[in-house]
Amino acid sequence: MTSAGMKRMTPYMFLAPAAAIMAVGLLYPIGYMVYASFLDWNPSQLISEAEGVGLRNYASLLGDASFLESTAVTLKFSTIVVVTEMVVGVGLALLLDRNIRGVSVLRTIFILPMMIAPIVVGLMWRYMYHPSVGIFNQTLKGWGLEPVPWLSDADWALASIIIADIWQWTPFIFILALAALQSLPRSALEAARIDGASGWQQIVHIKLPLMMPVLVVTGLLRLIDSFKVLEVILVMTNGGPGLSTEILSLRIARTASEFRELGVAAAMSNYLLLILLALTVIMFVYNKVVDAREAAVRQAAEEA
Amino acid sequence: MPRIRFESVEKCYGSVQVLPPFDLTFEDGEFTVLVGPSGCGKSTTLRMLAGLEDLTSGEIWFDDTPISHLEPKDRDIAMVFQDYALYPHMNIARNMSFALRLQKVPKKVIDEKVARVAEMLGIQDLLARKPGELSGGQRQRVAMGRALVRDAATFLFDEPLSNLDAKLRGKMRTELAEMRNSLDKNMVYVTHDQVEAMTLGDRIVVMANGLVQQEGSAEDLFKTPANRFVAGFIGSPTMNFLDADLVEADGRLFARGDGFDLALADDLARRLDKAARRRVIIGIRPSCFRPAGAEGAAGSTIDLGVKVSEYLGAQSILVTTCGARDLLVELESSSRVDRGKVMTFAVAPQDIMVFDNETEVRL
Ligand SMILES: Nc1ncnc2c1ncn2[C@@H]1O[C@H](COP(=O)(O)OP(=O)(O)O)[C@@H](O)[C@H]1O
Ligand SMILES: [Mg+2]
Repeated sequence: MTSAGMKRMTPYMFLAPAAAIMAVGLLYPIGYMVYASFLDWNPSQLISEAEGVGLRNYASLLGDASFLESTAVTLKFSTIVVVTEMVVGVGLALLLDRNIRGVSVLRTIFILPMMIAPIVVGLMWRYMYHPSVGIFNQTLKGWGLEPVPWLSDADWALASIIIADIWQWTPFIFILALAALQSLPRSALEAARIDGASGWQQIVHIKLPLMMPVLVVTGLLRLIDSFKVLEVILVMTNGGPGLSTEILSLRIARTASEFRELGVAAAMSNYLLLILLALTVIMFVYNKVVDAREAAVRQAAEEA
Repeated sequence: MPRIRFESVEKCYGSVQVLPPFDLTFEDGEFTVLVGPSGCGKSTTLRMLAGLEDLTSGEIWFDDTPISHLEPKDRDIAMVFQDYALYPHMNIARNMSFALRLQKVPKKVIDEKVARVAEMLGIQDLLARKPGELSGGQRQRVAMGRALVRDAATFLFDEPLSNLDAKLRGKMRTELAEMRNSLDKNMVYVTHDQVEAMTLGDRIVVMANGLVQQEGSAEDLFKTPANRFVAGFIGSPTMNFLDADLVEADGRLFARGDGFDLALADDLARRLDKAARRRVIIGIRPSCFRPAGAEGAAGSTIDLGVKVSEYLGAQSILVTTCGARDLLVELESSSRVDRGKVMTFAVAPQDIMVFDNETEVRL
């Protein structure tokens, strides 16, 4: 090889080990899952014994009311929790981004829920939601109010798992938003104060726009994660009552272990993957479009 | 435009007192420069005036109104920051118009104002760009423009030129000096650079260690510094200081020390009468040495050995030794001076300043 060719290859050679690990660790399971989704595969069979069924798994899922119900529940759950968590988390960060006494203690306390294992969170909330001895209904009773069927009524159950998720994951948004806030250019904020911006105007015109790149990534991470939540809901409601809290990941787990249809479960996983992929792509495209439009405006202004 | 008055203003950070109580007045329509070495509290003073820092005690008055409890936005000030502090996500036009947009000024008026200021500063072609796409000098102009668009009563500048290269700094200094005459505003300008202070300030306030050392015009500070610090800080190259004894001989007063015996001016001698024979510090500016025998050379002579000669074209700066001390000498140079040579210089009596060797006050 010529030395120039050598030079060009060098970076790729350094990348090779990482690329190999990626291929084995990431692409192989995905490939396996894609392959499995074309099979009628029972857990008692070897994968080589399973019978190929083409796209039948995908097609039948589109007509499967339970799957569609699950998807709807997932979308509803994810949208509500991500929006609420973003608003509350960023709001809290804006409130607590100041140097008054006790704030650092408060910050630490806020982060605690994130440190608890999901199964424990699920158990904890299940006890708190308990119809007779749970703290919520005890409290309501103490105030002379009617007890609420937290986990046993279809509408309440979804609300209940949403509340638990918000409790657990708002701190995640909060600490990332706080870190973003504290890395903002201090003097730009001072300039805004001198330019006459009130606290609210500083937030709207300076802080939020400057935090936006971090917030977008944070929101996307949380969204992806919320599509995959499993343990907490498994422990709290196991998808019930009926299918009211059966989010996709729970449905996938049940399809694989309870209904013993690995091919169908794989196809569901791939649908989930597609939804997430679509979200990510939309986000990227949106960013590109915004950038391109700004560049065009600038171009036009400088030519004029 | 208000007259600004600091009244026993003090600033502590925790238990550290960075500014002991001091008084300071900025007259209406005046360009005042706060100058002093880094860390002496200039920015803190300016930031207290802007409302970005609280006072520990004391009060700031705009005419007869106390303002220390007011938010920055209620003080009618504009400020140019050392790091420019532009809003990274807004283009230049929006950066400049931010304050006006918050005040809900009609868009047409805003556009006119921005266009006028941009034109004045020569940044009209940059209006659609973001700060990240500008050079340091351009950002500096934008920061200036953002302040000017405001039409505030008071302008504050915190070392606005210190992040520019030497050439650009010189250019901006000249432009600022021009601009300051056309704007009838209170301006307070902070810098650590005495050249900037001398060229720009109607009035210069010299600060050191949190204390105001002296206020006055550039000429006052140069010709009649209050103390050794001001004498050494103002003027370039810096003044030479020598330990000396005062000695009376033949009815005249001499400063005598290691390798020199220099006659002092008579009016100074009269002032120092009672204090004869005491130890003092004398100060001589590098430009006050004349080669003995040259035209206009007068006063006592002093022999100096040339250690280093820096040839700068029109002048040469010589590092010379006098006894155990190094002295700087500035010569108008028609020819180069060789090192190792011993030269004789004359120093006129009125060019020698005398400072108390304990209080360092000029006598
Ligand atoms: N936020 C702060 N906390 C503690 N000390 C500070 C703070 N800001 C400035 N100081 C101290 O106050 C002194 C004056 O600072 P500053 O006004 O910035 O000086 P200058 O602008 O003259 O260089 C310095 O000794 C600095 O260390
Ligand atoms: Mg400073």
